[in-house]
Amino acid sequence: MGTQRVKFTFMTELVKEPIIYRLGQEFNLVTNIRRADVREDMGWVVLELDGDDTEIQRGLDWVASTGVRVDPVSGDVIEG
Amino acid sequence: MAFVSGLTCRECGRDNPAEPLNVCDFCFGPLEVVYDYDAISEVISHDRIAQGPLSIWRYQDLLPAEGTDPVDIMAGFTPLIKARNLGKKLGLNNLYIKNDSVNPSFSFKDRVVSVAATKAVEFGFETIACASTGNLACSVAAHAARAGIQAVVFIPWDLERGKVIGAAVYGPTMVSVEGSYDEVNRLCSEVADNYPWAFVNINMRPYYAEGSKTLGYEVAEQLGWRVPDHVVIPSASGAMFTKIWKGFNELACLGLLDGVAGTSFGQDQNTVHHPAVTTKMHMAQAVGCSPIVTAWANGNPHVSPVRPNTIAKSLAIGNPADGIYAIRILRESNGSAYAVPEADVVEGIKLLAETEGIFTETAGGVTVSALKNLADSGAIKPDELTVVYITGNGLKTQEAVEDVVNPLHIKPSMGAFEDVIGTRISGLVVGG
Repeated sequence: MGTQRVKFTFMTELVKEPIIYRLGQEFNLVTNIRRADVREDMGWVVLELDGDDTEIQRGLDWVASTGVRVDPVSGDVIEG
Repeated sequence: MAFVSGLTCRECGRDNPAEPLNVCDFCFGPLEVVYDYDAISEVISHDRIAQGPLSIWRYQDLLPAEGTDPVDIMAGFTPLIKARNLGKKLGLNNLYIKNDSVNPSFSFKDRVVSVAATKAVEFGFETIACASTGNLACSVAAHAARAGIQAVVFIPWDLERGKVIGAAVYGPTMVSVEGSYDEVNRLCSEVADNYPWAFVNINMRPYYAEGSKTLGYEVAEQLGWRVPDHVVIPSASGAMFTKIWKGFNELACLGLLDGVAGTSFGQDQNTVHHPAVTTKMHMAQAVGCSPIVTAWANGNPHVSPVRPNTIAKSLAIGNPADGIYAIRILRESNGSAYAVPEADVVEGIKLLAETEGIFTETAGGVTVSALKNLADSGAIKPDELTVVYITGNGLKTQEAVEDVVNPLHIKPSMGAFEDVIGTRISGLVVGG
């Protein structure tokens, strides 16, 4: 079992999709939203995922495949 | 001694202990160091600063370090140069260059890493680490060598040879990761969560970022304890931009600016703005990675992440952690933000080199081109005091300007020399 903190950024066409609900249901993950801002044209959600390590990775890969951007909560960690 | 009283969340305002943390445990918001400014104001003075070393540690009262033995490779106190030739070219009579490309590992990163490494040692870490496309890796490796601790640096597998050698020479464990920018990002974030290492820009980030305040302090001190009318700053994460502003305002609130009465820091130390600080803060990014400039231009309070595609690799942060805070400062300071066309980056490098004899990397090319845009547009008036920050050395990105190499190739005879020299130097009188 593991935990991961991530930020999802949704562009316009994905704002209405129940991505987080499906992530919880289909990968058996507990999703815990800590901060979010969803507007008409875009939205972001900072959340914690609890579950099996492999399922967390599979789930994040699936989220990314939908077009949602997946980032570490603290922004890019690779610097110049 | 340090005057740190803890860490505070920039989003929810909750207090957190001064420990190796990067986000608030409650809302995952970014954390900032909280100082006891009342206590600092009791001890700090121009004289006390002047008695300190010629490095960032002359401002130790305003940095989050406990002891008297920081990890110091003499970062900082870099030259502030009156740029007469560049100023003449741009129509600016009062232009200065803060040349931070001459730091020990050749970039401003030495300022932030010196603070992060000092904190890492204080916390008892035996390894410091980072993920980097160049400057940060060099600085982390250099400071680890000085501190006598281990360094682990993650680099993209296709990083330029010069940068790889520039970091490797200090003896770190170097991990070359084959993958996309996003994949490297995600891996390093996971490693940081799972290894007991001090990642300078992750679990050391609140302390690390404070090092950039010294870019504000030094400029003010070198100008005779006053702040400029304009500053032009390259931006990647936006952290340095926010910290230079914070540095100016800290000095003003502590009564350290010439002729300025100090004042309270108020409820939220991180949003303090002393009315005497009228500096307009101008941000420079390259078009190929300009998420903060785009958000500013669109009047958007959010910064939409982008995938970097710029030759200014040291500014290539697609998801800038401090982007929204930088936008607040742009607004508060009545500043501006400009995305430099990629083709102009190299022109900026050459312009600085040919006018002032300073060879900067691509980030500096971005900054100089943005300065030119500000001057051409009239945003900076000819006599206004302007400082442009040059943050990295050109030897690290030589491939960007390879086309400048065009020597006159001759046989070793005077005749051969005189046949060609007139083609380069106009009005030449032979033997004159």
